[in-house]
Amino acid sequence: MTLCIGSVMAHSTDLDIVNVTKRFGSHAAVDEVTFSVAPGEFFSILGPSGCGKTTLMRMIAGFEHPTSGDIRIRGQSMIGVPANRRPVNMVFQSLALFPMMSVGENVAYGLMCRGMPREDAEERASRMLERVGLTGFGERRVTALSGGQRQRVAIARCLVLEPTLVLLDEPLGALDLKLREHMKIELKQLQGTFNTTFAYITHDQSEALVMSDRIAVMNQGRFEQVGSPRELYHNPATPFVASFVGETNRLQGEIMASSDGTVALQLPSGMVTRGTGRVPQKAAVAFVRPESIALAPSQPALRDLPNRFEGRVSAVLFDGANSSLLIETLGFEQPVRAVLPQAGPLAGIEVGAPIHVGWTADAMKVFAA
Amino acid sequence: MMTKPAQRLTFFLLLAPAILWLGLLIVLPHVEILILSFSERVAPRVYAFGVGNYLEFFTEPLYWRTFARTAFMSILVTALTLVLAFPIALYIARVAQGRVKAMLLLLCLLPFWVSELVRTLGWMMLLRETGVISYMLRAAGLADQPVELLYNDGAVILGLVYGGLLFMIVPLANALESLEPSVVEAGFDLGGSRWTVLRRIVIPHAMPGIVAGSIIVFMLTVGNFATPVLLGGKNGLWFTEQIYAQFITRFNWPQGAAFGMLLLLLSSAIVWLGLRLTGQSLGTTLKQA
Amino acid sequence: MNRPTLAWKLYIAAFYIFLFAPLLIVAIFAFNASPFPSPPWRGFTLEWFTGSGAVFGKPGVLTDSIWLASIGNSFKVAVPVALLAVFLGTVNAWVLERVEFRGKTVLAMMMLWPLVIPGVVLGISILAFFSRLANGLEEWLQTDLDFLRPGLPLVILGQLSFILTISTLIIAARLRKFDRSLEEAAFDLGASRARVLRTVTLPFLSPALIGAGLVALLMSFENFNTTLMLVGSDAPLPITMYGQMREGATPAINAVSLLLMLGVGGIASVFALTAKAER
Repeated sequence: MTLCIGSVMAHSTDLDIVNVTKRFGSHAAVDEVTFSVAPGEFFSILGPSGCGKTTLMRMIAGFEHPTSGDIRIRGQSMIGVPANRRPVNMVFQSLALFPMMSVGENVAYGLMCRGMPREDAEERASRMLERVGLTGFGERRVTALSGGQRQRVAIARCLVLEPTLVLLDEPLGALDLKLREHMKIELKQLQGTFNTTFAYITHDQSEALVMSDRIAVMNQGRFEQVGSPRELYHNPATPFVASFVGETNRLQGEIMASSDGTVALQLPSGMVTRGTGRVPQKAAVAFVRPESIALAPSQPALRDLPNRFEGRVSAVLFDGANSSLLIETLGFEQPVRAVLPQAGPLAGIEVGAPIHVGWTADAMKVFAA
Repeated sequence: MMTKPAQRLTFFLLLAPAILWLGLLIVLPHVEILILSFSERVAPRVYAFGVGNYLEFFTEPLYWRTFARTAFMSILVTALTLVLAFPIALYIARVAQGRVKAMLLLLCLLPFWVSELVRTLGWMMLLRETGVISYMLRAAGLADQPVELLYNDGAVILGLVYGGLLFMIVPLANALESLEPSVVEAGFDLGGSRWTVLRRIVIPHAMPGIVAGSIIVFMLTVGNFATPVLLGGKNGLWFTEQIYAQFITRFNWPQGAAFGMLLLLLSSAIVWLGLRLTGQSLGTTLKQA
Repeated sequence: MNRPTLAWKLYIAAFYIFLFAPLLIVAIFAFNASPFPSPPWRGFTLEWFTGSGAVFGKPGVLTDSIWLASIGNSFKVAVPVALLAVFLGTVNAWVLERVEFRGKTVLAMMMLWPLVIPGVVLGISILAFFSRLANGLEEWLQTDLDFLRPGLPLVILGQLSFILTISTLIIAARLRKFDRSLEEAAFDLGASRARVLRTVTLPFLSPALIGAGLVALLMSFENFNTTLMLVGSDAPLPITMYGQMREGATPAINAVSLLLMLGVGGIASVFALTAKAER
C-alpha cells in the first residue's frame, strides 16, 4: 500500500461517471447517469432489480460498453480499455471463486496474471489471507469453505491487487440472514482497514444504509437521489426514495393550501393533514415514518401536534425492538403503522384497544403525485 | 458486433469443423449414394439416370424378402427385448436400494462396454455343435450326439436381444425412477390389483422410456451386421449383408446404394413414427440412452 | 410393489447369469490347453497368450504378427479419432453453447443425425463419396491419392462421422453447467483471453474432455459396421476377429477377447471415476 500511494497521481476523485447511457435496442437500461466517488469512500447504488444498477456496474468493470458518456478512473477515461486492464476489481454476486484452484491460488491468480513469479505471488496471497482472518487457509479447496469464508476470499482476491476501486455486486445475497447481518459489519470494517474505495450495489436498503458513506438510489435507469444514509432517510427528494428507503406510511390526497413549504393535504375522506413540501399541483402523496408517529391513550397528550387522529389497534406486530402496531384510523384508507416502543407504557397493548396517534408537520413529507 | 472482421473470422473458424464434418462426412456422402442409387449402367463405365436399382429390389424376391424379414425380425427383437427388460428395469428402479441398485445397474452396463464381436464369440462358443451347451447336454445324458444350436433364427434373435438389452434397460429405468411411490401406493389404496396398477399407472408413466428404448433397440438391430451373419450363418439373411455383398463382393455400387437408401428409409421411418406417436423430440430421446 | 416375489428374484438372477455367461465362457477358454476354443477342458495354459506355437502349432496372441498388427492398426485409428473427437467436439460444443447465430437449431439438429444413420450406411456413403472425390482429384492433379481410398485414414473419417456427435454432446453438457462469471472474474483480475481459457475454462471442462476422449477411444476400438465398409488391407482388431470367427479360430481369439475385456474394463473404470469426480 505504501508503495502504491507514492506512485498514484493525486486526484480528488477515484471514479467519475459522466452522462453515461446504455441502450439495449430502444430501452435505456442506464439513462444519463452522472456521479463521482471520492477516494476511500463506501458508495452504494441502491435500487430494485431491473433498475439498471447491474448494467452500470458491469460498465465500470468493463464487461459492457456505454452507448454514450464517459467513465473515468482517477481522471483517466476507461472507454475502450478492456476489463483486464482496468484498475478495478469486482466481487461477483456468485463470488465466482475458481473451484479448480485452492484458496491461495485464487488469491494469487491476479498477481500471476501480472507476471509476478509464483513464489512471490503466493507469499503476497498468504499475507493477504492473514489480513482478512484466513491464516493458513491457502491450501484448502474453495468448496471446503463456509459462506462467510468464501466471501472473504472473494474480497481478498480483489484487494491483493490494490485496485483503485472494488466493485461489489450484491455479494451478500446468497447468505442466510444471520450471516448477512454479520458480514455487513465485517465488510464495512474491511473497507475501513484497507481504506480502499468500494462501490457496492444492492437492492437491500438495510445493507446500503448500514455500510455506506453515500448512497445513490436508482430507479428505471436514473438516479433519483444521491446522499448520505441520513439525508436519504430523513429528507427523501422523491416519492420513490421516500417509499424505497426505510419503512413508511403512504397517504394520497389533494393540496388544499400551501405556504412557505408547509402544506395542508386533504385525504379522500375529507380529513385534513399538515406536512412539509413544495407541491406545484393539486394531486399529492405524503409519507410518514412509523417511528415519527406518537402514540397516546388519550387526546390531550398529543395536543401540541398539528396532526391528531383517533383509531383502534388492528394488529400488534411484535418483533422485539422493531415491534409496531397497525392502527385502524378514522378517515384513513390504510391502517397506520406506528413503532411501539417496548420500554414505553403502551408495551402491553392488545388488539382492539382505542388509541390516539399524532405527528408533526415536519415528519410528513409531501410530494407531487 | 458481428461486423468486425476479426470477430467474423473467429466465428467462421469456430463453425468450420461442424460444417466440414457434417458436409463432408454426412450430407455430401448421402447425396452421393442417393445419386448413385438412381444411376444404371447402360454400357461398360457409362451410367444413366434410372430407377432400375429400385425395380431390381422389388422384382428379385431374395432382396425384398430379406428386407421384409429384417424389418419383421427387428420388430420382434424389439418387442422381446422390451418384455425381457421391463422386469429388470422395474426391479432396478423401484425395488433395489442404494448400493445394490448401483451394483445392478453397473453390472448391466459392463458387458456392453465389451466389443459386440466378443459377446458374439461367447454365444458362438455356447451354442455351436462343439460348444459348451451341447457338451453339457451330452454329459448330462440328455442328448446322445452333438446338438447344433447355432445358425438358425433362434440364435440370431437371441444374439440381437442380448445386444439390445442395455439400451432398453437404461431408458426404462430412468423413466420408472421418476414415478412417485405415493402414486403407486394410491393405486393400491384405491383397490387396484398388482396387474391393474402395472397396466394403468406404471406402464403409462414409463411410456417415454419405452419409446426411447424401443427406437434405439430397433435402430441398432436393423443396422446390425455381425450378429446375424455370425450367429445365423447362411440362414442369417440380414439386409445389411446384402448391402455389403453388393458393395464389396459384387462391386455393384449403384445397387448397394439403393439398398442403403432403403435401409436408411426404413430406419428413419420407424424412428419418425415412434416419435410422432408419442410426441417426443429426437434430442431428449437420445439423451435418455 | 416393494415386496418382490420369489419368481421375480429368480428372474433377476437368471438374467444376470444370461448377461455374463458368454463373457465368462470366452474368458475361461482363453486358458484351455486345447487347439480348439471348445470343451472339453484339457488343463490350464498360458500358451494362447505368450506361446510361440511350439505346443499347438499356432502361436499365442502376443507372438502372432497378425494379431499384433491388428491391435496396432486399431491404435493407429483409435488414437487420432479420440484426439480429433475431443478437439473438434470442444469447438462444436462451443458453437452450440456460446455462439448465437441464425440456423443454430438446424445445426444442432444436424449434429444429432449421425446417431440415427445405420453404421453400414454411413460406411458405404463415405466410401462412395470419397471414391468419387479421389477419382475427380486424381484426374485433375494427375497423382494417386491413396488416403481417399479404403484404408486406415478413411476408417478414421468414417468413425469420426458419428463419434463426433457423442463427444460434442458430452462436452456441451459440461459447458452448459459452466458459470460464466468465473470467466469474467478471471478476466477482471487481469487475465488475457487466452489465459482465461487455459486456467479457468479448460480445467473446468477437463473431466468431460477426458471422458469424451475415453468414450471415443472405446467406440473406435470396437466399431465394426462402419469400419468393415472402409477398411483396406490393414485390418483393425474387430475386422480380424470377424474374419477368424467366420473361418474358425484357435483359442488365441479368446485370449485377444480377454485382453480387450481387461482393457475396456480399465478404461470404463477410469471413466466411471472421472464421472464421479465431476459430481
